[in-house]
Amino acid sequence: MTSPAAQGRGAGRRRALGARFVFLGPGLFYVTVFMAIPMLLVLSYAFLKRGRFGGVKMEFTLDNFHRVIESVYVSVIGNSILIAAITTILALLIGYPTAYAIARLPRKWRNLALVLVVLPFWTNFLIRTYAWILLLNSEGPLNKGLTAVGILHEPLDLLYTRGAVIAGLLYAYLPLMILPIYASVERLDNSLIEAATNLGASRARAFFTVTLPLTLPGTMIGAIFVFVPSLGNFIVPELLGGGKTVMIGNLIRDQFLKARDWPFGAVLALIMVALLILLFAGQAAISRRINGRGRHA
Amino acid sequence: MNQNLLSITGVSKNFGDVTALDDVSIEIRENEFFALLGPSGCGKTTLLRVLAGFEDPDTGSVTLGGQNLLSLPPNKRPINLMFQSYALFPHMSVEKNVAYGLQREGLGKDEIRDRVADVLTTVGLTDKASRRPAQLSGGQRQRVALARAIVKRPQLLLLDEPLSALDRKVRAEMQLELKRLQHEVGITFVVVTHDQDEAMSMADRIAVMSEGVVKQVASPVDLYSRPDNLFVADFIGSSNAFRGVASEAGVQVDGLGLLPGTFGASSGEATLIIRPEDMRLVDQDQAVLAGTVVDTQFTGGSSTIALSIAGHSSPVLVSCQGSASVTRGDTVHLAWDPSRAIKLTK
Ligand SMILES: Nc1ncnc2c1ncn2[C@@H]1O[C@H](COP(=O)(O)OP(=O)(O)OP(=O)(O)O)[C@@H](O)[C@H]1O
Ligand SMILES: [Mg+2]
Repeated sequence: MTSPAAQGRGAGRRRALGARFVFLGPGLFYVTVFMAIPMLLVLSYAFLKRGRFGGVKMEFTLDNFHRVIESVYVSVIGNSILIAAITTILALLIGYPTAYAIARLPRKWRNLALVLVVLPFWTNFLIRTYAWILLLNSEGPLNKGLTAVGILHEPLDLLYTRGAVIAGLLYAYLPLMILPIYASVERLDNSLIEAATNLGASRARAFFTVTLPLTLPGTMIGAIFVFVPSLGNFIVPELLGGGKTVMIGNLIRDQFLKARDWPFGAVLALIMVALLILLFAGQAAISRRINGRGRHA
Repeated sequence: MNQNLLSITGVSKNFGDVTALDDVSIEIRENEFFALLGPSGCGKTTLLRVLAGFEDPDTGSVTLGGQNLLSLPPNKRPINLMFQSYALFPHMSVEKNVAYGLQREGLGKDEIRDRVADVLTTVGLTDKASRRPAQLSGGQRQRVALARAIVKRPQLLLLDEPLSALDRKVRAEMQLELKRLQHEVGITFVVVTHDQDEAMSMADRIAVMSEGVVKQVASPVDLYSRPDNLFVADFIGSSNAFRGVASEAGVQVDGLGLLPGTFGASSGEATLIIRPEDMRLVDQDQAVLAGTVVDTQFTGGSSTIALSIAGHSSPVLVSCQGSASVTRGDTVHLAWDPSRAIKLTK
């Protein structure tokens, strides 16, 4: 027998739970319907046989995973990782100084600068990528301009190269690098830099020993935000790479829409998800180390 | 008398139309425990930041041991600052925080290790050496900040409200600890505070500041018994002030008569200051002033009586030993030893 008091407590707790559900409900619904269910579908497709005209047959198999290590796919995955990595490194080299400079602007200029950074997002992604075709093709302003001033004698093949793909991806995702870095630089307590200086550190030393480590978690978020969508993007390789550069994103799309091999497409998609989880886990671990929370010495 | 270590001469600093420092001149002696005291916003932090090199003064000069300090970049000054907010590096252990300044000097690993261990013993944090700042209490963090500053053995240590974040008891302990430390390491301390008791109990000398101006520099005893001006008299301890015209026998106040004081020959407008503990309750025939009790407060060893006196706008405070023998509404008579009266013309 439970005492009346305990029953009262139980009822109170149930009410609290109910109230909590009211607030969590919409979010929970969204996550379930648009994330969990599709993920579970993809996960289950990966272990099934392909149907004749797309779809799946309800037979268990591990063959889909074996196919990943076939050399064509390994080279596509490797190539994708290389392109995404170069894009990420370039975005870092451009994005960090930009974010740092914006965070040090007088407050009234900061918001304007941030608006300018995200301004390209106001235009459709496809249209922006087409603009790069115009910019880079042999009759485009870049080639024309360089030929006109005599730097080039004949137009360069800028379009349909790996470089064009990287430029397109860099352009598309640079803001995703800048924003999280900006947030972490802006949050950084300036008195820490002053403390380092007061203890004898030069500007460069203070940057590398204090600013950089403390903004590393934000920087890693930025890197993941650039790396992952670059890896999965299929529009840029197709439009700017001219189909010569196949990336994992193209592969996944083709499995679903052209080859009608849903299970294999699901496996490739799972690889991307696994990579994403791995990257975020790494980021979280490093961020914990830097902030010194959790682990008691 | 110790030699002068730091000379601040005519330093002014404006932020837009705010004057944070207005023609500040202070001499600080070697091995002195010096306090900057003043209400919030009077420019104490700004003065420390000028010394540390984080603000350039608009005018004025600062020398440390005879050398021009202002031409040195902040990371080359033999001065360490303990920040109001401690500014500990969150990504480093206590040990690494303390070692940071020594590493910048390019010292050897062994020497750094020994000096860090020594200073952690001094501040009693040896067992917390590998903790992160986030895993420490406020008082412990404060001691790490102190350790990080003194381990460099600077010529001058600046402490910006080092104890303001602590509760009363820990604060009293840390005041003693700071004094002990200062004796032990033999460094000149400049401590900023807006708590007059803290300044009075710790400092050898105090500079009282108000709105960017240094009002007086003196020892705690002198500040209390010989304030230079009304601001200091009012800010340090409590005081009863009477405005009037000075004469040889005291100050003539409209409506109250001649209030006695021994100032020698003097004339012109003046304010007479009597500390509450210099006021005595006397018989009617010896009385200088008479008033009605409006309030009594018992504060442990002594009591404070507030009186209202006809012709004087603010209540007059009298403190006496033990509990007050009068109650509200009583009429009492006051007198004082004329030699205890302070005359101010500013
Ligand atoms: N960077 C700045 N820009 C503009 N005004 C400033 C700046 N720093 C300080 N001030 C102003 O200068 C004055 C003195 O400030 P300061 O920080 O030196 O005061 P403080 O005596 O340390 O006060 P507290 O006891 O509150 O710490 C204040 O009016 C403050 O608003
Ligand atoms: Mg201050």
